[in-house]
Amino acid sequence: MPGVSDSRWAAQDTTPAEIESALRHMLVERHAENESFSPARVLNMVCVVDKAWSGEVANRLRNVGRYHASRTVVLAVDPKRDKLDAVATTASDVHPKAGEFALLRETVIVDVGEKHLQALDTIVDPLVVTDLPTVLWSPHGHPEALDVLLPLAQVVLLDSVDEPDLHEALERAEELARKAYVVDLAWLRSTPWRERVAATFDPSHLRPDLRTISSVTIRHHPDSTAAALLLIGWLASRLDWQPSKLIARNGGLVGKAHARRQDVELRVDPEPSQSVRGLAGLTLETASGRHLELDRGAGGLRAKYRNRKGDLREWTVLGASRGEAGILGEGIRQALLRDPTYSPALLVANQLVP
Amino acid sequence: MTAVATATADNPLIEGLERLPIHPTTLVIFGATGDLARRKLLPALYNLAHEGALPERFHLVGVSRADHSHEDFRAEAEEAIKQFSRREPESAVLEKLLEEVRYVPGTFDDPSVFETLEGALDEFDKAAGLRLNRCFYLSTAPAFFPVIVKQLGDRALHRLDDAEVRIVIEKPFGTTLAEAEQLNREVLSVFDEHQVFRIDHYLGKETVQNMMAFRFANGLFEPVWNRNYIDSVQITAAEDLGIGSRAGYYDSAGALRDLIQNHMLQLLCHVAMEPPVHFEADEVRNEKVKVLQAIHAPTPADVPNIAARAQYTDGESGGEHVSGYLQEEGVAPDSNTETYAALRLEVDNWRWAGVPFYLRTGKRLARKVTEVAITLKPVPHLAFSQEGSLGVKPNQLILTMQPNEGVSLSLGAKIPGTRMRIRPVYMEFLYGTSFLSQSPEAYERLITDAMRGDATLFTRNDEVEAQWRICDPIVQVWESTPGPIPQYEAGSMGPAEADQLLINGNHWRAI
Repeated sequence: MPGVSDSRWAAQDTTPAEIESALRHMLVERHAENESFSPARVLNMVCVVDKAWSGEVANRLRNVGRYHASRTVVLAVDPKRDKLDAVATTASDVHPKAGEFALLRETVIVDVGEKHLQALDTIVDPLVVTDLPTVLWSPHGHPEALDVLLPLAQVVLLDSVDEPDLHEALERAEELARKAYVVDLAWLRSTPWRERVAATFDPSHLRPDLRTISSVTIRHHPDSTAAALLLIGWLASRLDWQPSKLIARNGGLVGKAHARRQDVELRVDPEPSQSVRGLAGLTLETASGRHLELDRGAGGLRAKYRNRKGDLREWTVLGASRGEAGILGEGIRQALLRDPTYSPALLVANQLVP
Repeated sequence: MTAVATATADNPLIEGLERLPIHPTTLVIFGATGDLARRKLLPALYNLAHEGALPERFHLVGVSRADHSHEDFRAEAEEAIKQFSRREPESAVLEKLLEEVRYVPGTFDDPSVFETLEGALDEFDKAAGLRLNRCFYLSTAPAFFPVIVKQLGDRALHRLDDAEVRIVIEKPFGTTLAEAEQLNREVLSVFDEHQVFRIDHYLGKETVQNMMAFRFANGLFEPVWNRNYIDSVQITAAEDLGIGSRAGYYDSAGALRDLIQNHMLQLLCHVAMEPPVHFEADEVRNEKVKVLQAIHAPTPADVPNIAARAQYTDGESGGEHVSGYLQEEGVAPDSNTETYAALRLEVDNWRWAGVPFYLRTGKRLARKVTEVAITLKPVPHLAFSQEGSLGVKPNQLILTMQPNEGVSLSLGAKIPGTRMRIRPVYMEFLYGTSFLSQSPEAYERLITDAMRGDATLFTRNDEVEAQWRICDPIVQVWESTPGPIPQYEAGSMGPAEADQLLINGNHWRAI
């Protein structure tokens, strides 16, 4: 990623050892130039991308704000290539000032061919910083590359809403979650919604009502069914519901989950007017007569709540939209944390797929 | 540091969430048009709103003497947020945050102000259809703290049957032990201790919380963290700047009250405390109070031996000629207020007996640095010749809070060459290189903790009084000793008088 202060190395027909050596030399040079330059040492990120679309991925990574990995290794797959070409940069966003340090981030772009995919681990292993957690991201597919690289990584970043086939998306996420910690951007898109539902039922007098939820409707961007199913999966896994497969009806999906006290009606509806990926709204109803609606609005989520007596209240739950870049940045940040509730939610979401 | 919630039997939905729910709350800021509110509190509220970290329902009421309407205050708050927020405000979020803000003008001793305030609070409750928690934030001159507390009590705003009422009190919490005790009595005659959140914003800084993580999440240091291995501890909070526009406050406070009585004693507590069983408010604070109680309050005769003070004179700072303290605008020409204070304290307990703890703070020193330096005892026998080298120095562990948060460990290493010559080298760790997240402003953390009712990062009544018990005798001796007081040149390392506090061959670290 270009920064305020960059140094660059490039080579054709190179080797991982040469690239690694170049990175070390660049760090030594930068430190000698000004000892305030210090390499970031948080996270390795290994991205497998199509060479033709590598610019788009670079753009996405450039916009993640402060959540850059410390060393990013981009493997740009150019099917016919049989030699490795590489460009390595060390960049800092600031010029160091007296008494302060300037963080250096390293980016390596390696052009690889189809023939390298089966042995990508031998290319990547020398390039990642030892002992740092490594996150894998393969936004253009290449599952075979991901499988080869998995033993080197602790975390896989994916976006279940990227896959056109819902079943395949959630199956693949489940398979990966058995081998590594998965950060699913589709899951992160539901975070503000999960926080708000949790907050709604947090007052002690409302907690018993969690057991009386009788219907859940999720509205979503037409491409984001996975995010909607993960949200239902979360509710079901946290509240011990036993869901059955949803069925397609009137353009959406409907179904039921069996809860301890009553069945819960489930509904997932695409919202064509929503321009950004993710969720558009949710409605929860309880057998006790409460009704909660959350929808995207200016300055946050617009909440509507009707109590048992029928009194309606409306307010805004404050919060800025994170945007796609913000979601990706959050995904990188989450690679260093652990959320134990994703996997159970994913298992249920998978069971819901028609 | 954001804590990931652990499982709770009560609300099964909070497991895995980074942000735990906070009950719907109305926050009332007394002194809402003041400098602290403008620079810190309102921007902190915006940033919390931006991140979705405020309670699901949140209302703000400003109370101040300025004769403003709701709209005036809204405009003033908007301007303050735009000017001082750490991020560019997003207009939709800012507009929603301030949309229903209320402002109550008047003096704090006027019962009608509290009647109007009660009306605004009830109005918010009614609109929400539930009782909102109330959090009163006292961001006024200290003289008004008891006045506001009394009025809240008289109006019965200090307690609700079906929601929580909390009060946040800014520093300084008294300017003497007697005042702190009196203020505690007045506050606790209305509120219960668990409702009271005494701010020391230092405790909200990631750096201070990291000291606990450093000590209690690493097995490496505990075996040497005692009088058997540690020679001395030195805590420094040095500023390169002068008092700026704070003469009104600073000239009546001085360096001891401004930093040592609160922040620096808190740092000392974090170095010296025993590990709490759990990271919970009372357990952490119990351990800190034990440290403070183990420090003997000095007698008047002790004071000259354990405390030094001084004032800066004019000099060169950052390549510029700067004025001395007595020439600063708003400072009395015969002021005896110290701009530098240094103490030598002992924590008289099993772990620390005999280890000097040096504390020093000052304005217009050589550079800005806040650090804790722990010097270990020298090795018992040295097999190497010291000739031709800087020699073997005792290991030092430096925890730096400002300007670059980090940890540095000095080690003896062989100088490359044919001879066995040793010099100190440094193993450096900078927090900024190892985390993706930006540290939140201390006030963001403290405001949410207060609204949530988590008092871990706030000082308890006995803690404040224990801090004053140590500093009060020094204040009394200094105030009763005629001036002029010793001086140090602006831009220097401080006064020579501070050297007299050093024992056992210790020396001040270079600033």
